[in-house]
Amino acid sequence: MAYGEKVLDHYEHPRNVGTLDKSDPNVGTGLVGAPACGDVMRLQLRIDDDGIVQEAKFKTFGCGSAIASSSLVTEWVKGKNIEAAGQITNTDIARELALPPVKIHCSVLAEDAIKAAIADWKKKQLGKLDEKQTQAQSEQSLAEAVR
Amino acid sequence: MPLKLPIYMDYHATSPLDPRVLEAMLPYFTEAFGNAASRSHVFGWKAEEAVERSREIIGGLIGASGKEIVFTSGATESDNLAIKGAAQFYREKGDHIITERTEHKAVLDSCKRLEREGFRVTYLNVDKEGRVDPADVERAITDKTILVSIMFANNEIGTIQPIREIGAITRKRGVLFHVDAVQGLGKIPFNVDECNVDLASLTAHKMSGPKGVGALYVRRRPRVRLAAMIDGGGHERGMRSGTLNVPAIVGFARACELAQASMVGEAARVGQLRDRLEAGLTKRLDHVFLNGCKAHRLPGNSNLSFAFVEGEGLMMAIKDVAVSSGSACTSASLEPSYVLRAVGVDEEMAHTSIRFGLGRFTTEEEVDYVIDHVVEKVNRLRELSPLYEMAKEGIDLKSIQWAAH
Repeated sequence: MAYGEKVLDHYEHPRNVGTLDKSDPNVGTGLVGAPACGDVMRLQLRIDDDGIVQEAKFKTFGCGSAIASSSLVTEWVKGKNIEAAGQITNTDIARELALPPVKIHCSVLAEDAIKAAIADWKKKQLGKLDEKQTQAQSEQSLAEAVR
Repeated sequence: MPLKLPIYMDYHATSPLDPRVLEAMLPYFTEAFGNAASRSHVFGWKAEEAVERSREIIGGLIGASGKEIVFTSGATESDNLAIKGAAQFYREKGDHIITERTEHKAVLDSCKRLEREGFRVTYLNVDKEGRVDPADVERAITDKTILVSIMFANNEIGTIQPIREIGAITRKRGVLFHVDAVQGLGKIPFNVDECNVDLASLTAHKMSGPKGVGALYVRRRPRVRLAAMIDGGGHERGMRSGTLNVPAIVGFARACELAQASMVGEAARVGQLRDRLEAGLTKRLDHVFLNGCKAHRLPGNSNLSFAFVEGEGLMMAIKDVAVSSGSACTSASLEPSYVLRAVGVDEEMAHTSIRFGLGRFTTEEEVDYVIDHVVEKVNRLRELSPLYEMAKEGIDLKSIQWAAH
């Protein structure tokens, strides 16, 4: 199979390869796919309190199109707020990379990776919120006890 | 001499035509262009003479007489003719066929079609090395069995089947024995009499002959009969009509002569190169696994899994080397290799497999270049692989709940 120019470019020079600290509360990690299916993508996003993606890193086990799809989305999501990032669809990715029909699943996986990373970040934010609430409650009850 | 890139290491798919074969073929395109079936003039006689001489040479490579060689367009046609032709001819005698799971699709799909037509087919399992147990063949034979079809050597993992042992059983039980001999032919000895083979599929292009020509060996004593698949002028004793491809047949015969003359030395040389490749790769990379069988294997075959690196992604990276992969991404089906699955390689490892095929024109310089190239690219892709990172952190990848997609 011949590969498109953009696939080759991302494959030869993948953007934003790497790892962010997954325990960081501002980092959302999306791990999608399965080794048995031949593709696993891990996308990590560092998102600030305003919901803007500050940093994106990926690692991918898969074919050239899977690597290119994940590399491409790290470029696309950077600087976007999470609403806009979450709206990136597999069709956008497939069109940009000119993926043939048998490789569409690679773009689907990349879309899933963005959604999974954002969902993970949101879960962590809720956790932070819970912590704040618990802290506030305990302060309140302490105050009541003192009174 | 500088190394010529890309390097061809896909000899199981096809092999480069030997210049000596081409030389033998050329006159039969031009001055000796006659139709071998033309009985009325010298053009036809010359072509016929060349065909008959070729038949003897090709038969000679497998211990058969030229009269037992039926020319076809290639091994796919030979497999179809052997299996469907025998099934149709011996239908009155029985409706049961035995084969095994790692056969070529030309055999498996022929059997599947016969199943749709009411035949029953037993697909034997193979062991972890890809070998059929002859005792399983014996157990599977019933009084309704008409044919056993087992390949000589596998095209993906190179496993050589115990053909001689199976042939002894089929002969004793009076069942026809078909062997798809494509991958081993001309590389390791194969004799139809010693192995009691009744039908054997042969092809030229895997042994540095031309594409588009093959043959089916059809035993004469005891006589094996087949229903024809292609009707017409009654060529090839009525078993395969159609004007013979004379230049290709001459090339096929020349390829057989060359293979026979150099077989022992070549098997040793190619085997040493293959061992050098495997030793070089496994010494410099961890998590490399051999798929199939170390002992009973074609000398030019090496099927390796590079854990944590997907096969198609790796092939794209090692673009200086032409190889193939059992990864699903290389096929339209999205399923990884059925051969690797049949020998118990799990799906994730099947996705990381690369098949190296070495042959007549492979050199030591090429092997050394390939080792360096593959090591570099596997390392690069592992740096990109979340699985490799997780494995290094000590995470058991099997403990993770992966979402199927």
